[in-house]
Amino acid sequence: MNKPILRLYGLVLVLFAALIFATSWWTVFGADDLRSNPNNRRALLEQARVKRGTITARDGTVLARSVPAPGGLYSRTYPSGDLFSQTIGYSFINFGRAGLEQYRNPELTGQRPELSSIIDQLMGKKAVGDEVQTNLDPQAQRVAIEAMAGRKGSIVALEPATGKIRVMVSVPGFDPNSIPDDLSKLNTDNENSPLLNRATQAQYPPGSTFKVVTATAAIDSGKYSPDSIVDGSSPKEISGVPLSNSGGAQFGRIDLTTALTNSVNTVWAEVGEKVGIDTMAEYMKRYGFYAKPPLDYPANQRIASGERGANGELLSPTSNLIDVGRMAIGQDKLTVTPLQMAMVASAVANGGVLVAPRITDRIIDSDGRVRNDIKSTEVIRVMKASTAQQITKMMSNVVREGTGTAAALSGIAVAGKTGTAEKNPALDLNQVWFIGFAPADNPTIAIAVTIEDSVGGQGGTVAAPVARQVLEALL
Amino acid sequence: MKARNRELFGLIPASLLVVAGFTAVFIQRQDQVSNVSLTYGALFLGLCLGGHFFLRFALPNADPYLFPLFAALASIGLVMIYRIDETLARQQAQWFVIGLACFAATIIFLRDYRKLERYRYLIATASILLLMAPRLPVIGGTVNGAYLAVDIGPLTFQPAEFAKIGIVIFLASYLRDTRQLLVQGSRRILGVTIPPLKQFGPLLVVWGLAMLMLIFIRDLGSSLMFFGAFLALLYVATNRLSFVVVGLGMFSVGAWFFASNLAYVQDRVDIWKDPFGSGVIDNEGYQIAQSLFAQADGGVFGVGLGQSLLDLPGGAVIIPAPDTDLIYAVITNELGLVGACGVILLYLLIVERGFRIAQLARDSFSTLLAAGLTAVFALQVFVIIGGVTKVIPLTGVTLPFISYGGSSIVANFVLLALLLLISERARSREREEAG
Repeated sequence: MNKPILRLYGLVLVLFAALIFATSWWTVFGADDLRSNPNNRRALLEQARVKRGTITARDGTVLARSVPAPGGLYSRTYPSGDLFSQTIGYSFINFGRAGLEQYRNPELTGQRPELSSIIDQLMGKKAVGDEVQTNLDPQAQRVAIEAMAGRKGSIVALEPATGKIRVMVSVPGFDPNSIPDDLSKLNTDNENSPLLNRATQAQYPPGSTFKVVTATAAIDSGKYSPDSIVDGSSPKEISGVPLSNSGGAQFGRIDLTTALTNSVNTVWAEVGEKVGIDTMAEYMKRYGFYAKPPLDYPANQRIASGERGANGELLSPTSNLIDVGRMAIGQDKLTVTPLQMAMVASAVANGGVLVAPRITDRIIDSDGRVRNDIKSTEVIRVMKASTAQQITKMMSNVVREGTGTAAALSGIAVAGKTGTAEKNPALDLNQVWFIGFAPADNPTIAIAVTIEDSVGGQGGTVAAPVARQVLEALL
Repeated sequence: MKARNRELFGLIPASLLVVAGFTAVFIQRQDQVSNVSLTYGALFLGLCLGGHFFLRFALPNADPYLFPLFAALASIGLVMIYRIDETLARQQAQWFVIGLACFAATIIFLRDYRKLERYRYLIATASILLLMAPRLPVIGGTVNGAYLAVDIGPLTFQPAEFAKIGIVIFLASYLRDTRQLLVQGSRRILGVTIPPLKQFGPLLVVWGLAMLMLIFIRDLGSSLMFFGAFLALLYVATNRLSFVVVGLGMFSVGAWFFASNLAYVQDRVDIWKDPFGSGVIDNEGYQIAQSLFAQADGGVFGVGLGQSLLDLPGGAVIIPAPDTDLIYAVITNELGLVGACGVILLYLLIVERGFRIAQLARDSFSTLLAAGLTAVFALQVFVIIGGVTKVIPLTGVTLPFISYGGSSIVANFVLLALLLLISERARSREREEAG
């Protein structure tokens, strides 16, 4: 009976080898997936033992810091309260993470490559989180929130040449310190959605601000110039359905610059149709539409701008469901994020080159060394420098004598474009916009401002003054 | 070197293990090394030495490695349990005393263990009745929906732990008598070898009843062990792979039938397939998911003894049943892949010794008994570690000598005693012949 016993032992060897294989799988090869499983509170708790790095503003103001909690753990406090609610986000053991706290978690918890962390462990070195220095500007942020005066909406302001985000506002916000008590309440507040970062997650109709994109495609493709004479009569047949100007206004034969200054719908819809869906799609993609905006921010808190179908799904940029004429004036099924529109303004301001926006400036380790100087590597030329110059001139006209005069600053030339999207004509609710940059001849700040459900409001009368206050604070 | 001296040397690593383990837990807790707590370690070492001297006198020639290997497992278990809950560790230490007493009693009273053969039907009946006991009113009790425990006064015990030994004794004894007949009387029908019903019948009846009982008490883990041990013994006794193939075929049909008809079996399989699904992970899948999270957290070297998180601040349990079902996950968490492999290796060495004893034995009953006990032991290890590592659906059986539990300790001490008795008999015969 010795042979069967030997074979039986062989079988046990195989079975036990399977156990060792399975254990190796869970502890080594498949461990990363398990650690990043959102239901794995163990990982959160382990990281709570690490003194999480602080998050600071551009001027050194502490936006998030760790304080010792019972049980050798640390907990998070946010000294600036609701100032940067969604942008900074939160990090709590039992409630997970969001915002920059989530995106920069590896740095904030001082994670190092496996080998060096094992060496550190053997040497008894305790992991300490790195400091995350941001480009955010608390003073301008405060001005921006006050200018919103409690109206729902969003503001994004950034430096066109570097992509540094200086202001990111989403109203209503929340106080991250209250997350442990209020998370479920905030989560179910569907009327105000305070956890939603409107700057990166909202799906707003862009209204006439999108005409900047249409103008880019028209001029950069060589089909039009700022002096091209166009027909501003109203109504005009677009995709077989008549389209009228705001208030039915007639403009007759005007040049393209005047058409932007007065935001003439019939002209820009016709321009869109003449430029065609393919060229429009090309320029939209260059601006960043149809992709999640590149930002150091969690992927699940960023959404792409573009035409969306009946179920909210992103359409193909050249889908035949798109009414290109109406899209050209920011109507149709086009939805955008305020961040995307700020990127549009930024690309024009930066001589036609789009620099990917970023919240983080530098990562500093606990010894004060710079571990990572965040430079935007994603740089895309959207249009020729000459086109950018021409569009800048056209946008300057808008603020000087057109719909955006309320954004004008004394002594500094502002370039911009207003937008008013009708959301509910019966109740006269509009999505109002202003995008632009300043100073027009040498831009240092690009901005997008939008306010939801403005009763009878216009981009020029409601959003432009807000932009003016924020620009004033930043310049 | 004499066998018993080897054993004494073998105990040195085990005692180092227990000292190092307790020290590590102390350091981690930043306690002073208190006398009261150190007594656990001292008590344990005393017990090991006591057991050793008893064996010196009672079984001088028995296998020298088994006892130290069990002691090493027990010391790992004791350290882990101490680290989880001090009160449980004290009770576990008490169970070691009782287990060692049963160990000694088995060796003294069953010196000629072959007399067990005479009582095989009695043993079989008793085992089946034991399995049925948890379903009886008044004394029956449930653990996680399975009827596993019997409450008698202040004592709770799990009869399946003892029944497994009884059933193996019956199978070994019955197969010794009939193994020749099973082979010679078998006929080939449609290319499949069918053993003669006359000899095979009683075997099927006893084994079938045991399986029915297990289904009745919903102890899936034990049914897997019993079935595996049955096939292993049948194979060793007859050397016919076809019997095993037919058996596995029957098992597959049975498993498929139960998995699609019995809700609780179905649930277990569904949880096994996707423990991370929404709605599952916070309920039925919580145990296995947390087990895997804990192992992932351990990595190659583990987080360190005493560092594992068992509860979240605020009281939520993050590893359910850390002292019994999921103790392997706690070990992997704290000692990493390296520590877990060490534990598996210890079990593998024990299995190797067990099968070696079976090969050395001179009579068929001894061989079959040793092989059966070893097989059921190995399967128990596979069922629980396989469950915790998601190789198979998780079912609650103990990790021998490591998990907390009186029944498990006592039953495994009896199993060890039987293996040593068989070894003593085989090896003293060998010495006589040689000398």
